[in-house]
This record gives sequence, C-alpha cells and structure tokens, in this order.
Amino acid sequence: MTMTVPKTSARPAKQGGDWLRDAIPKLVLSPSLFIILVFVYGFIFFTFYLSFTDSRILPSHDLVGWLNYERLFKIRGWDIAVVNLLIFGSLYIVICCVLGLLLAILLDQKIRAEGFIRTVYLYPMALSFIVTGIAWKWFLDPGIGLQAVVRSWGWESFTFTWIKDSDMAIYTIVIAAVWQTSGFVMAMFLAGLRGIDNEVMKAAQIDGASTVALYRRIIIPQLRPAFMSAFVVLAHMAIKSYDLIIALTGGGPGTATEMPATFMYSYTFTRNQMGIGAASATIMLMSIAAIMVPYIYSELREKK
Amino acid sequence: MRGYKLKTLAATAALLATTSLAHAEDVEVLHWWTSGGEAAALNVLKEDLSGQGIGWQDMPVAGGGGTEAMTVLRARVTSGNPPTAVQMLGFDILDWAEEGALANLNDVAAAEGWDEVVPEALQAFAKHDGNWISAPVNVHSTNWVWANKAILDELGIAQPTSWDEFVAALEAVEASGKIALAHGGQAWQDATIFDGVVLSTGGIDFYRQAFIDLDPEALVSDTMVEVFDRMATLRGHVDENFSGRDWNLASAMVINGEAAFQIMGDWAKGEFINAGQVPGEDFLCFRVPGSEGTVSFNADQFAMFGVSGDDAVAAQNAMAASIMSPEFQSAFNVVKGSAPARTDVPNDAFDACGQQAMADLAEAADSGTLIGSIAHGHATRAAVKNAIYDVVTAHFNGEFDSATAVQELVTAIEINQ
Repeated sequence: MTMTVPKTSARPAKQGGDWLRDAIPKLVLSPSLFIILVFVYGFIFFTFYLSFTDSRILPSHDLVGWLNYERLFKIRGWDIAVVNLLIFGSLYIVICCVLGLLLAILLDQKIRAEGFIRTVYLYPMALSFIVTGIAWKWFLDPGIGLQAVVRSWGWESFTFTWIKDSDMAIYTIVIAAVWQTSGFVMAMFLAGLRGIDNEVMKAAQIDGASTVALYRRIIIPQLRPAFMSAFVVLAHMAIKSYDLIIALTGGGPGTATEMPATFMYSYTFTRNQMGIGAASATIMLMSIAAIMVPYIYSELREKK
Repeated sequence: MRGYKLKTLAATAALLATTSLAHAEDVEVLHWWTSGGEAAALNVLKEDLSGQGIGWQDMPVAGGGGTEAMTVLRARVTSGNPPTAVQMLGFDILDWAEEGALANLNDVAAAEGWDEVVPEALQAFAKHDGNWISAPVNVHSTNWVWANKAILDELGIAQPTSWDEFVAALEAVEASGKIALAHGGQAWQDATIFDGVVLSTGGIDFYRQAFIDLDPEALVSDTMVEVFDRMATLRGHVDENFSGRDWNLASAMVINGEAAFQIMGDWAKGEFINAGQVPGEDFLCFRVPGSEGTVSFNADQFAMFGVSGDDAVAAQNAMAASIMSPEFQSAFNVVKGSAPARTDVPNDAFDACGQQAMADLAEAADSGTLIGSIAHGHATRAAVKNAIYDVVTAHFNGEFDSATAVQELVTAIEINQ
C-alpha cells in the first residue's frame, strides 16, 4: 500500500512565499474584476430591471410587468430591425470569414511583398466606423459617387442606387462593414495558418494529397480556434454596429436599415421611452447569448 | 528676493480671484442653429448679452429638428451639470418641467409683463403649473411653400391658390426638365410637409381632432387616406437623390434655380435672405395651398434650467429679459425669418414675407386657427411624435400604401401613448 508522507514539517516554510506568489495575480486582477462585475454585469441587471418599469425620460421605479415587451413586439420598427440584423449579421460573418480565409491562404504562399500587402489589407481596420460610413456614403451616392463616375466614363445606363433603395440599402451596409473588417479576419487566419505544424502538411503531400484536399481536410479544420475567435469578434461587432448605420444611411431610406442598436438608442434617448429601449436591449443580449454561450462552451470544453 | 516672491504670489492670487469673478457671469447655451442664416440670427443675442457684460459659451449640436441636441442635453442633466439655457420645442419643455429640472422665471415675467403680450397658444408651452419656465424667442410656422420666382415666371405659372393648381404647377415644372419639389428625405422634413398637407386636406378641425386629441375616428377616416394620397403625389415630384439630404441643401436647390418649390418652415427664409434674394422679386412665399388662414406653429424657446449660484441665476434672468425685449425680438426675427413671440413688436423692420407671417399669426391667434405643429413637437409628446414620423417617412419612401399607412398610424399612436 502507499505510505502517506507526512507533509506537516514542510508546510509552514512553503506557505509564506507560496501564498504570496499565488495571491499576487489575484490581487492585481481583482480591481478589474470588481469594476467589470459592477459596471458591466451590474448595469446589465439594471437594464433588465428597467425593462420592467415604466421609465420614460429618466429611470423610474414603478414596475409594470411585461408591458414593455408586449409593446415592443407590436412595433413595426422592431420587426424590421430584427430581420435586418439577421440579414446583415449572417452575410457579414460569412463573407468576412470566406474573404479573410482566402486572403490569408493567398498571403501564406511566401510571396515577395507580404508585409506590405498585409498592412494594406489591415488599414481599413484602423478607421473608425464613422469615417468608413461617411466615405462609403459618398462613394455609393448615385449623384456624386460610383454611378456618376461610371456614367461620366461613357457607360450612360449604369445604375447603382442600392443606398437609396429601401430593399437594397441593407446590403450597402454589408459592403462597408466587410471592407472594414475582412483585413482583421485575414490577420487572425494568417496567424492561425502560421501556427500549423509543417510536418503534418509534408506527410500529407507525401501521401499524395492534392492542394485542395490538403487545405480542405487538414489545414482548415486546424483553424478552428481562429474561426472561433473570428466568429466571436464578428458577431459582437454585428450586434453592436450603430455608428456605421448612422453614418452610412442614417437609418436608411425611411426606416429600411433600422437595426436593434439604432432602435434601442432612438427609443431610449430620442423618444423618451427608456422602458421599451431597455426591453429591446435585453432581447438583444438574450439572443446573442443564446448563440454565443453554447458555441464558446462547446469549443472550450473539447480542449479538456 | 523674498519681498518679490511675496508680491508675485499676492498678484497671482488677486488675478485668480478676478478671473473667477469674470467667469461667473457666463451663460452656456445649447442649441442646433448651425446653418448660415440661423447662426447669424443667434449672433444678435450673443452681442446683446456681451454688451451687458455676460459671456456666452456656445454649445451647438448640429441636426435640424433638434433630436441630437436633446440627446446631448439628457447626458448633461443626468450628470448634474445642465447648461444655463437650452433651445427647446413644445412638449420637450413640459417633459423636462415635470422632471423638476427647470428654473422659475416668474419674477422676470412679471417685471417685463409677458402674460399680456405672448399668445395663449404659446403660453401653453412656456408655462408649467402657472410658472414661467422658458423664454419664447420666435414663432415659426411650418405650412409655407417657397418658390423660385424666375422659374415660375419663365413657365407662366401663377402662385397656386388651391391644391389642384399646386399639383398642376408641379407637373408643369417637371415637364420643363427642372426639379419640381426640392426635398430632403429626413423623417422630420417628411413630417413638416405632412403638417401642411393635413391642414390643406382636412382643415383645422380635422387636424385638431386627429393630431391633438388623437381621436381614433379622425385617425381612421377617408380624409386621412386622402392626406396620405397627397403625400404620395408629392413624392412623385421630388428628385431621385432626395433621401438623406439636409434641409438647407434643398433650399439651396430653389435658390440656385435647380428646383421650383420647397415646402418648409419659415426658417428657410433665412437661407434665401442670406443668399441675397429679395421676397417678391427673387422668391415667393405662400401658405401650402388649401391651408390659408391657418398657422401650424412651432415656437423656439430657451428653456432655463435650474442652476445654482446667485451669479448664474442673475445671468440667466438677464438672458431671459434680453430674449423677450421688443428690440431683440425685432432684430432677431428679421434675420431668422420667423415672427416675434410678442404681439406688440412693430413690423417696420421686417421684409414682405416676415410682415405676412406676423399678420397671419395675429389673425390666427384671434380666430383660434393657431395650432401646434405635429412635426416639431407642438401637437403631441416625443413618443407619439416619433411614432407619427415613422409612419409618415415609411409611407413617403413607398414602404406601404395609403390605406395601410392609416392603419399603421393608429397602431403606432396607440402603442406609444
């Protein structure tokens, strides 16, 4: 049988130095943790609480039950906002990932000016969404932008009025957002590609795998952590996008490009209906949590 | 050496004391008068106050209609540091008064005799529980049409006096290749046109029943369907780039002769005057055809927020008194394009359109046809106003037809009440 070695004699000497070494990281992190607990999670609960009150201009404490949620789902603008978010979010994430992966794979081919090209693709990320929105608004404006320029070059019947069209305006937002972020996704995938073990790839090539099969079966599956990071970043940027919408279309022709973020802001601050705004914010949080939490949990659990 | 140090110290202390005294009499003013004509008009007040030794801290927040400015205001008030005076419209003032954020101006009002000279329809927004809370600066009206006289003369079009004549005029201009109606596709601009069209279609009683009393019977009626039909007609006469255009750029189109008409409040007159045009010679101003005799008004007022400190209160009271003085009312409104908020201001300094505005205002105040503008927060509270904006702008942009628009209007108003 095993003999338990008495550790009592060794303990006191270890405890002093070890305790401090273990405790210092916790001590350093605890102010940030406390601030996050209060200002992020605390205020999330406050918003949740406000969604059950009849707050108008300023927070009030009269509870009204589910009234705000009932009203929210009757508002036409909310249906438009949710549909727009689904369209924008899915297109944005898919196109960014595909484009980012493609660019990363191409850049990974040991080309000459790789550093320079990589920087060029990353530049749009350095701009704020407001600048992107305004620049693309001018570029897509039929009177002064792309349509006017192409027509002046001789192609008189060219039309590109998506930004003034109620049905197509949401896709202009996808264009501007993809332009801004695909460089960043490319950088993430490039880092992931560089981290793949060369031995596996050489072994596969010796076994006779074609390039396409090599990428499809071996490399891309190994990029799953990078996919997860990209998905988390893109999803939260899609939900959060407020400044891009306001700068690019201002809510769109009429209310065509309303999104949950612009809806929440306008109801809480402009229309003096904080209760409905808080309800819409809670719904946004719940829906994004419903997608992200299981995904992150499943990805992280497999590592164990 | 020591004596020198002591002297500099004493001098610095004295200097600090005097500079703090000098800053105690500043007023901080939040407003959205950022276009050329409007900024010139506000300068009149700035200079008036600096003549009294009161400094002016400007806090302009661009965005015609004031939505952005109201958002900035909320942030300032909740942080406990409100501006001294805020440009505000209609029900927003009453909303803030109910939160207890506004100061009491009864002393100044009594001393200057405001109760006798301000029209009752305006006092409804300038007083809360019988106490004066804001100083009215002007009375704008929203049911105006501004026309480029050169284009009308060239095409032989007379000033329209009925809705059908107006539509015929629009068609004639369009046939000649010019833009018929200059318009900016922002929600508040669509709603400003809506004011005039409602008055033109249903008259003052329908307007009051539908948009002040919010009576469902008036809201779901054939007259309302006809209102939306007329809005759709106007939509057919704007150019294809109208979406998102600012109001002063639309005015510029009429000034430059690219477009013939613009339906906009009389703050647009400031743009025409600033461009050196003369009413009656270069441009015409007339009421939206069908709405003659009624005035849908929106009165800019400087709501005075509760500030602490005797110097701050004194500066605030001085600003309120300055705003309501007849000399300032005349000087400011001549430049701004609106009518004075006092009915006893002489009209000799005003141009032809300004004199017409003042005459219309006096007549409407007497005969009970002076009514608050829907689009500018003088008919309903912010929540309902924005609900109406949603429906009007969605319909104007072709998202649904007139019959659906009426149903949407009723639903939206009901949810947001």
